[in-house]
Amino acid sequence: MSLLKSREAILALAMLLLLAVIASRFPGFVAPRNLAGVFTDTSPLILLALGQMVVILTKCIDLSVAANLALCGMIAALMDGMGVPLPLILLAVLALGAALGAANGALVWLLGIPSIVVTLGTMTIYRGTIFLLTGGAWINAHQMSASFKAFPRAVFLGLPVMAWIAIAVVAVMAVVMTRTPLGRAFYAVGGNPHAAVYTGISVGRTQFAAFVIAGALAGLTGYLWVARYAVAYVDIAGGFELDVVAACVIGGIAIAGGAGTVAGCVMGALFLGIIKNALPVVGISPFWQMAISGSAILIAIAFNARKRDPGRIILKQAEHRT
Amino acid sequence: MSDTTPDRTTRHIPDRLQSPLSRALKSWEMLLLIVAVGIFILNALASPYFLDPWNLSDATFNFTEKAMIAFAMALLIISGEIDLSVGAIIALCSTAIGLAMTAGAQAPVLVLVGLGTGLACGAFNGVLVARFGLPSIVVTIGTMSLFRGISYIVLGDSAFTGYPAGFAWFGQGYVWWVITVELVIFALAALIFWLVLHRSNFGRMVYAIGNNATAARFSGIRVERVKFILFLLTGLMSGIAAICLTSRLGSTRPSIAAGFELEVVTIVVLGGVSILGGSGSIPGVVIAALVMGLVTFGLGLMNVPGIVMSIIMGLLLIGVIALPRLWTMLRRR
Repeated sequence: MSLLKSREAILALAMLLLLAVIASRFPGFVAPRNLAGVFTDTSPLILLALGQMVVILTKCIDLSVAANLALCGMIAALMDGMGVPLPLILLAVLALGAALGAANGALVWLLGIPSIVVTLGTMTIYRGTIFLLTGGAWINAHQMSASFKAFPRAVFLGLPVMAWIAIAVVAVMAVVMTRTPLGRAFYAVGGNPHAAVYTGISVGRTQFAAFVIAGALAGLTGYLWVARYAVAYVDIAGGFELDVVAACVIGGIAIAGGAGTVAGCVMGALFLGIIKNALPVVGISPFWQMAISGSAILIAIAFNARKRDPGRIILKQAEHRT
Repeated sequence: MSDTTPDRTTRHIPDRLQSPLSRALKSWEMLLLIVAVGIFILNALASPYFLDPWNLSDATFNFTEKAMIAFAMALLIISGEIDLSVGAIIALCSTAIGLAMTAGAQAPVLVLVGLGTGLACGAFNGVLVARFGLPSIVVTIGTMSLFRGISYIVLGDSAFTGYPAGFAWFGQGYVWWVITVELVIFALAALIFWLVLHRSNFGRMVYAIGNNATAARFSGIRVERVKFILFLLTGLMSGIAAICLTSRLGSTRPSIAAGFELEVVTIVVLGGVSILGGSGSIPGVVIAALVMGLVTFGLGLMNVPGIVMSIIMGLLLIGVIALPRLWTMLRRR
């Protein structure tokens, strides 16, 4: 019974139900091959949502992830154009992404500026920087080297490398969140910042670490995105930050911080991924997708608000009964 | 997000209050005004076309629509909430106006449709935040996607064009000489919001809620109702801005007013409104809107592309909050 009450179980049921409804009309959609394709397609969302989850756990929000992705993707494409070998490019996008995340984190940590303001600002700065770098020019498939484009699509044990990267990051994050002091610190800072300070956890430094993780993941995804779609320009992944927040909220990451799991987050992303991939199959215009993810965010937060973890209901109630 | 820094240093309380004049001279608004005048002079020196009255009149379009929303947003942020869906509300209002136009409606009906849609969007946000107690940041991120998403469903990759001639008055009309209709609406809105925030009970309630919502409730303020009204006002002002913008552009695409939320919040924060709620003033917002308008106009005269201007907006938003904090941090050492 308690299993059914968990948020992850409900989400898994909802996902199965969604798949069943689609399968009743279009059985081909649930063929393993297609589902693997859906997973690969959703990998960027999963990667960014995991980073966003850590940030939201610490009571912050990062609206700059999509811009970070686009900037790192463009840098990767530019480096490829200069003939830099792929391993170096991968290291560079990870480092650059982490640095952009660190810029957000430093402003939040050292200056105490609310994360929403910081990342609303850096969102336009990062995206504008792409324009400064390229003058608005596109980098197209024929300008990219073959190995640069092939890496995310290379099939290994039946799945493309991009999907394996997502799986690996999910595994690492699951261990970090549940088995390391840093993972506990994220929950502690979001659950009760004052108590976290008395336990010897630095709130600001933990938030900084969260932004660095989110940034590094966005940087890595930037390369994967550009290489997979074989195009880089100023507006790639425009508005993707909304999908990322949606995936987290649907996955049960409490926006007030301190509650949420890797499993929920991944399922939230997959839920959106299934809807996105099913729309053209079912014959609904892709223009519906934005409104659907918006509604999904609203339904999910309304649902989250009603189902609070009874363990901390007293504290939360006292704090939020304004 | 809420203030999460647990260590609060005690505030220095002076023995004697400063005189009202010296306080006014040292205020944020005065600093902004000096900046505005400085930018004005720089612009006048940098470009011979700047001081032309018609050019200046055109320049007001850079900020009037955003500033109309910024007044309502200022009240909302002072009360401790935020609305990131304003750009999306404009898109939805503009789409509704376009739909009414294709149904054959004339200008007065189009205005009503715009205002009504804005109010409905504001009410939707307001119900979710005030009635159900959901955090406004996520609610309005959700409705941002929902409202603009509906525009995309209706329009796809097409656009509404061919608005009736009478409708053009709002965005393209002049009241007298170079004074545009939009500038008059902006001035009226400034006056009304100044009266509401600084000269009415309602304004005091907004400050009280922003400073301490619990204390405000105990002093008999209906916190939810005030917040609902503030979301309604933000929706209404977005509706008015949508009418002006649609009328000025003469067309509606689902991507209309993209990124407005950033600029509106920037104007509000630049105007000295605390992003954590509880303090701020309408004169500050008015001057901040002028500064933004002058900066974008000046850069435009120097042929700086729009996306570079958005970088400057982003830097401005962060810089305006970061610099005073850096200053106090360095002085404390």
